[in-house]
Amino acid sequence: MPDKKSYRENSPLDAVREKLGSLSGERYWRGLEELSESEEFELFLGEEFPQGIGAYSDIGRRDFIKFIGASLALAGLSGCGRAAPADEKIVPYVTQPEGWVPGKPLFYATAFTHNGAATGLLVRSHEGRPVKIEGNLAHPDSLGAADAFAQASILTLYDPDRSQVVTNGGAITTWNAFLAALEGEMEGQRLNGGAGLRILTEHVTSPTLADQLRALLTRFPRAKWHQYEPAGRDNAFAGARLAFGEYVDAQYRFSDADVILALDADFLSCGGGRLRWAREIAARRRVRGGKGDMSRLYSVEAAPTTTGAVSDHRLALRPSDIVAFTRALAARLGAGSGGDAKALPTAAATWLDAVARDLESQRGRSLVIAGDYAPVLVHALAHAMNQALGNAGKTVSYTQTVAAEPVDGIASLRELVKDIDAGQVASLIILGGNPVFDAPADIPFERSLPRVAFTVHLGLYDDETSARCRWHLPEAHYLESWSDARASDGTATIVQPLIAPLYSGKTAHEIVAVLLGQSGRSGHEIVRDYWRRQSRGEFETFWRKSLHDGVVDGTAFPAKTVNVRSGAKFESQLPGSSAKSAEPENKEVLEIVFRPDPTIFDGRFANNGWLQELPKPLTKLTWDNAVLVSPKTAERLGFEQKIGTTGGERGRIFVDVAELTYAGVKIRAPVWIAPGHADGAATVLFGYGRTRAGRVGDRVGFNAYLLRRSDAPWQDAGLMLRKTGSQYPLACTQYHHNMEGRELVRSAALEEYRKRPDFARDKEHSNETLYPGVSYESYAWGMAIDTSACIGCNACVIACQAENNIPVVGKTEVTRGREMHWLRIDRYYKGSLDEPETFHQPVPCMHCENAPCEIVCPVGATTHSQEGLNEMAYNRCVGTRYCSNNCPYKVRRFNFLQYADFDTPSFKLLHNPNVTVRSRGVMEKCTYCVQRINAARIDAEKEGRRVRDGEVQTACQAACPAEAIVFGDINDRGSHVAKLKSDLLNYGLLTDLNTRPRTTYLATVRNPNPELKKT
Amino acid sequence: MAQIFHRSTNTISRVSIFGGVAVLLALLAAVAAINRSSYLTEVRVARAQPVQFSHKHHVSDDGIDCRYCHTSVENSSFAGIPSTKICMNCHTQIWADSPILEPVRASFRTGKSLEWTRVHNLPGFVYFDHSIHVSKGVGCSTCHGRVDQMPLMSRANTLYMEWCLECHRAPERFVRPREQVFNMEWQAPEDQLALGQRLVREYRIQKLTSCSVCHR
Repeated sequence: MPDKKSYRENSPLDAVREKLGSLSGERYWRGLEELSESEEFELFLGEEFPQGIGAYSDIGRRDFIKFIGASLALAGLSGCGRAAPADEKIVPYVTQPEGWVPGKPLFYATAFTHNGAATGLLVRSHEGRPVKIEGNLAHPDSLGAADAFAQASILTLYDPDRSQVVTNGGAITTWNAFLAALEGEMEGQRLNGGAGLRILTEHVTSPTLADQLRALLTRFPRAKWHQYEPAGRDNAFAGARLAFGEYVDAQYRFSDADVILALDADFLSCGGGRLRWAREIAARRRVRGGKGDMSRLYSVEAAPTTTGAVSDHRLALRPSDIVAFTRALAARLGAGSGGDAKALPTAAATWLDAVARDLESQRGRSLVIAGDYAPVLVHALAHAMNQALGNAGKTVSYTQTVAAEPVDGIASLRELVKDIDAGQVASLIILGGNPVFDAPADIPFERSLPRVAFTVHLGLYDDETSARCRWHLPEAHYLESWSDARASDGTATIVQPLIAPLYSGKTAHEIVAVLLGQSGRSGHEIVRDYWRRQSRGEFETFWRKSLHDGVVDGTAFPAKTVNVRSGAKFESQLPGSSAKSAEPENKEVLEIVFRPDPTIFDGRFANNGWLQELPKPLTKLTWDNAVLVSPKTAERLGFEQKIGTTGGERGRIFVDVAELTYAGVKIRAPVWIAPGHADGAATVLFGYGRTRAGRVGDRVGFNAYLLRRSDAPWQDAGLMLRKTGSQYPLACTQYHHNMEGRELVRSAALEEYRKRPDFARDKEHSNETLYPGVSYESYAWGMAIDTSACIGCNACVIACQAENNIPVVGKTEVTRGREMHWLRIDRYYKGSLDEPETFHQPVPCMHCENAPCEIVCPVGATTHSQEGLNEMAYNRCVGTRYCSNNCPYKVRRFNFLQYADFDTPSFKLLHNPNVTVRSRGVMEKCTYCVQRINAARIDAEKEGRRVRDGEVQTACQAACPAEAIVFGDINDRGSHVAKLKSDLLNYGLLTDLNTRPRTTYLATVRNPNPELKKT
Repeated sequence: MAQIFHRSTNTISRVSIFGGVAVLLALLAAVAAINRSSYLTEVRVARAQPVQFSHKHHVSDDGIDCRYCHTSVENSSFAGIPSTKICMNCHTQIWADSPILEPVRASFRTGKSLEWTRVHNLPGFVYFDHSIHVSKGVGCSTCHGRVDQMPLMSRANTLYMEWCLECHRAPERFVRPREQVFNMEWQAPEDQLALGQRLVREYRIQKLTSCSVCHR
């Protein structure tokens, strides 16, 4: 047992720094523990699957023999009996629908609305049940990709915890009872023009719903429509209005930009165009064969984000310094006044200098972006800088907003609460959202709500808001609904249902129709009716084409000419000062940054097990949120983290719990040390701490909304962080499946790459083997993953989970290293603790040609296919786990317990029928989506041809917005994957073991500014 | 010192040793026999169905093609079970009042599906595709037997993996010309091997024996 005390006494970070100092800058590392090379970490590495062996250690020798005997006998018994269930029924249709072939999936185009815009989707439906979500190639915000939220939304559809009944004061009642009550209520409202009627929605991007709500306001002229969303685009709206005098959306064209500066902007994972932007950025930064140009990406941010991680230069600044930085840069570029680089730290000033020169050298080909959550002033100045740099109309254009009625959500909610407190609200209809949980702490929405006599909440879940409302109505999931939505460029998509509502849910359209006195109109009629009025020409053709394509032609917004108001003094027009900064003298006071959680967002996905268990892009935490601080700040305040080493706790990371004091509120939360975070600031992720989310999301994490205030929703000064002395275990996948510091990620700067394009190539290894060689005559499947393009967004991980029926295991099992994801994304750091470079590396099964796992399986359950796949026959596997012990890449996953849910009826609908649902005691791993290969091979063989390049897309490949994953036949010299594999950047992992992996990587090339080269 | 055991115990020990082995072998043989008996394989065991549907009558007496009812056999993994509508295409006209067809008419009237008992039922971990077998010249009767001679439907083969592999390892022994696939009366010619080898080349039939072809 290592002595914990001595470990604590020396600050571990000192040791880490010392170690880093003694190394050349080229070392890649993954976490603080790894660098400290503590005894615990060495112990931890020794075990592949950290687990609680202690529990069985008191079994004596005789009992052990007895158990062995009994299990042998029982294993034999289990093999007896019929393999297939007797008396299975086949139930054909009475009249089979036209165009439907049993056993063949159908795809329907629809759209998923998130973060203020729609992502177009194609949803795969097997025998009438939606099973897998893919992106829609024809949709401008998808281009064939779909992110983790969209992919995981299908699990929400089948969530057994969704609300299933109409309730009145908590008692179950009927839809008709509600209709009667509502119509009675509206009768009263009609008399006074709706003076007491209030509608609260999230930001509305659906043209039909906006049209209905406008009609409602005409019918009830004194009624009010409020919009609130905790992670809304309020600042972007206000910033545009400040700069241009009107609300506009900026449309970025990264394909035309050579120099990009992201100001507090995580545009690769938030914002409507995130998937398109990721594709454009990746395309502009792709170099092959030692040639090619790259755009350069600078990023200024407080907390590490996916955008910062792939930037060529990343500057970590406190939020107040980001404002100061933006002002100084704007002044420098002639786009504002009053900014001064002198107030900035020296490093930032040098940085600013170089960035300003770089931007100016590429006038009309540069781009400055302010993130949705950045302060209003930063938005306004970014617009002004783009104009000053001549980018407007070139790399950025402006259109009307996708949001139908852009408003400041927080102001809107505040006004609503003021009206309620003034007794002016008689009936409040809340359509979606969960404001009781996510309203700012200083807006007493929850306290005021009972003063409204008639309250209705339409929601997917019977959540915190439902509990405070008189009526709760189950909402139809978007896969059960007729609706419409706009992409970030305005392109409309008609949302069509894939399945009838599982729990008789209603859509917002149907509720508003009732308010309009059109009770009983279906969503289908309402949406059709709206588009009938919009369409020109023959309506049926228009309607069918729009439904089929997933986009309505010609609905993208035309560009607008707007000009930054000249001579505007943006600062003076801002209410209060968003540029207030922490007093640097007071070391105890930090700045606080609020951000939605990267996987469960603002809390709406809290009951989604896939997203809960999805390792967060940079921290790799699951099932919890934490306060992120920089290593320096942690050191100053005495925070530490360490791996638990006792029995079943291996793999847990014990972190210190802090008491956060901010604006008079105190909460306790675990602190996570995030390399690359800005010093003197702490990032708090909100969305966790739900109390009525459901069985998965209740009482997980801490509720950061308790701290969030309406006057500073995203950042502020004045946070006190105090160590409480207690510790908390976090489930972090970062330390699992570690590869012990071998050269697994390889990178170079563009200049270096041009000089030595084969920098990533391996030295020649001897490839001698005792085993006979195999030739692959027909196909030889292989994969190439471009680590330059990968943004670590996790879309592939969820796509894999959905396609391959991968179970969720829960926090306790994750702490034991038993998460089941077939595809993981390893995150590596390089360089210093405070300003590391970050790399992502997705790791699926390598499908080695000389697979170490195959030769150790005693029962022949894992074998090699004729096409070079390393395959698993689940029904042969007896669970020896020899294969995973012998796998150098740690990509095999074992069902230690019965993880797959065979019992919940709704989850049976979710499973992909072409993939076995595995039971306990079975090993599993990435199959290269063999079900898709087989389907493509069958199609090709029936037509008497070979499988075409690109015909088989693995689930991860199809989901990837950056086209980082390419799969295909390497026997076909002309295939995309074969070309990538012959590129100079191509390298394999651990090839010195002579495993001959079929999955290989393209090394990362970045384009740093030579001026900013670290000395 | 006197002997403890009498000489006859030698015989007893021999008998028990060799007899024990024999009993074990017999047990194994019994297990194998049960495993291959129709009790487990359901070969030639007719299953109770909601309607006593006779393939013999429909195929050999009426001459209806397999694909009239099993519509998706050439396109999909699943051959398809006819919808009630397909039955009623004819049975609104002929045998329209037959009492034996009452369940079919009831289904058509009420809109409630008929529930057939599955005869050819593969375990959940096996993924079989009809369309590719049909297009590569595997005849219906090769797996399903002489359906045209079955008044009540039963399995003709065990559907065991060893049975699948017989053909997957040596397809030339079983394949027939594509145009003969739905012909129930097709007999393998004398020179099946020569024909088979020609078809294997012509149809580019691969010997797919990797696990993941069927298990995934």
